Amino acid sequence: MIIPIDLALLFFIVVIAIAAITTKDLLAAIVLLSAYSFLMACVWVEMNAVDVGFTEAAIGAGVTTAFMIAALSRTARWEEK
Amino acid sequence: MIEWIAQHIVAKYNFWIAIVIMLTGLYATVAKGNLLKKLIGLTIFQTAIFLFYVSLSDVGTLSGLGLHYGTAPIVWEEGIHRGYMYVNPLPHVLMLTGIVVSAATTAVGLALVVRLYEEYGTLEEERIMEKEMEIDKRGT
Repeated sequence: MIIPIDLALLFFIVVIAIAAITTKDLLAAIVLLSAYSFLMACVWVEMNAVDVGFTEAAIGAGVTTAFMIAALSRTARWEEK
Repeated sequence: MIEWIAQHIVAKYNFWIAIVIMLTGLYATVAKGNLLKKLIGLTIFQTAIFLFYVSLSDVGTLSGLGLHYGTAPIVWEEGIHRGYMYVNPLPHVLMLTGIVVSAATTAVGLALVVRLYEEYGTLEEERIMEKEMEIDKRGT
């Protein structure tokens, strides 16, 4: 792995994870979760785990986001409080 | 002392960051009232564990800064004769299974969330508890 790239990606991952759980708009939270998964896929490619990387890009960033948006379209968009 | 900190804390920063992400996910799972937000926290929690295992397999993290890095575990004709280093593929395969299981558990959780919304008309845990209490009172 390449340490500067690793540190930069992990910094963004922590920031995006905190943003995803603090926002009140659930659609924004889901999109942030998708960005989180994509950055995680970048971390895995950079750590030489290429198979995990493309599985995460397809399943984590793709399928899970689609499932969550499908569930959100049947429920409420805004979180209370 | 400084050497000890460099060896045990700075050189293993991936593990510390994995712990930070894991606790972020745990906080969302426990403390947030919205059920969909709980599922998002669960997904973050799972991904942090994958990060921990993939960091374990990486040879570049622990074996010195800039000395030698492992490559991806792919057979490479010339490299075999030269004795090249590659990252441990076993945790990768385990985490591959874990990602698929994570997507499946998220899908089951979302199905339950949609069903709960149809029944109670809300995703907030407190509202669901209140409505459940009302139904109990009316029943007795």
